[in-house]
Amino acid sequence: MSAVVVLLTVLAGGLGAGARFVVDGALRARWRTSLPVATTVINTTGSFGLGLLVGLALAHASPGAEAAQVVLGTGFLGGYTTFSTASVEVVALLREGRRGAAGLHAATMLGGSALAAAAGLAVGTALG
Amino acid sequence: MSTHHPSHRQPALVGWVVLGGAAGTAVRLAAEAQLPRPADLPLPTLLVNLAGALVLGALLEGLARRGADAGRRRGVRLLVGTGFCGGLTTYSTLAVEVDLLLAGRPLAGVGYALVTVLLGLAAAAAGVAAAASWSRSTGARP
Repeated sequence: MSAVVVLLTVLAGGLGAGARFVVDGALRARWRTSLPVATTVINTTGSFGLGLLVGLALAHASPGAEAAQVVLGTGFLGGYTTFSTASVEVVALLREGRRGAAGLHAATMLGGSALAAAAGLAVGTALG
Repeated sequence: MSTHHPSHRQPALVGWVVLGGAAGTAVRLAAEAQLPRPADLPLPTLLVNLAGALVLGALLEGLARRGADAGRRRGVRLLVGTGFCGGLTTYSTLAVEVDLLLAGRPLAGVGYALVTVLLGLAAAAAGVAAAASWSRSTGARP
């Protein structure tokens, strides 16, 4: 991986994290829900995006496609999505004694993200 | 700076998140490049995700026990928590890796997904417990 790609990936990761912060704040301001759904929305949309990029790169292998996958996928979408917040949110629900909500949150996050990524992979492969 | 805007609309606060996110992404990139993948399993992603969950659990608990989420505490939370831990960890890579494993090795795919999520909860809970115990021993406000 070239130094330029590494630099762009790190920069894109920072921007992805910033985008997550802004989207999370905007969703929380609009939706007053008892489950932290903003993180679920962020992780499923980001997973769809990464599936799309990986599908395109698999179907259309080239150095340019690989660099784009690293910068936008590993960088931006990696920074945009978060596993740490997802885990801490489930632990917080468990500490409140809301076991069902905790299980539901963890399951929709994992299942939703895996399904979204699979849809992205299918679309990317078809387009590629 | 205006304080009546929500924090996600204050450029300086978004800046802390971007800075921390870039640093977390750099560590994740190094881990993905350097750490081994035994039996072609995505160990690097598992390790960065567990490390980030542990640190975020400890950080948020430690900060909450020290006082209100404002001023320097909020800055640290955004830089290290939302930024660094969020940039270090990734759910999109986890999801795509699970799908790619499921396509060829279903058992490995299911195992990787469940091990990641369950150990992630254990790591976050361990971080919370460590910060709680540290705060008690140093006499911080509960």
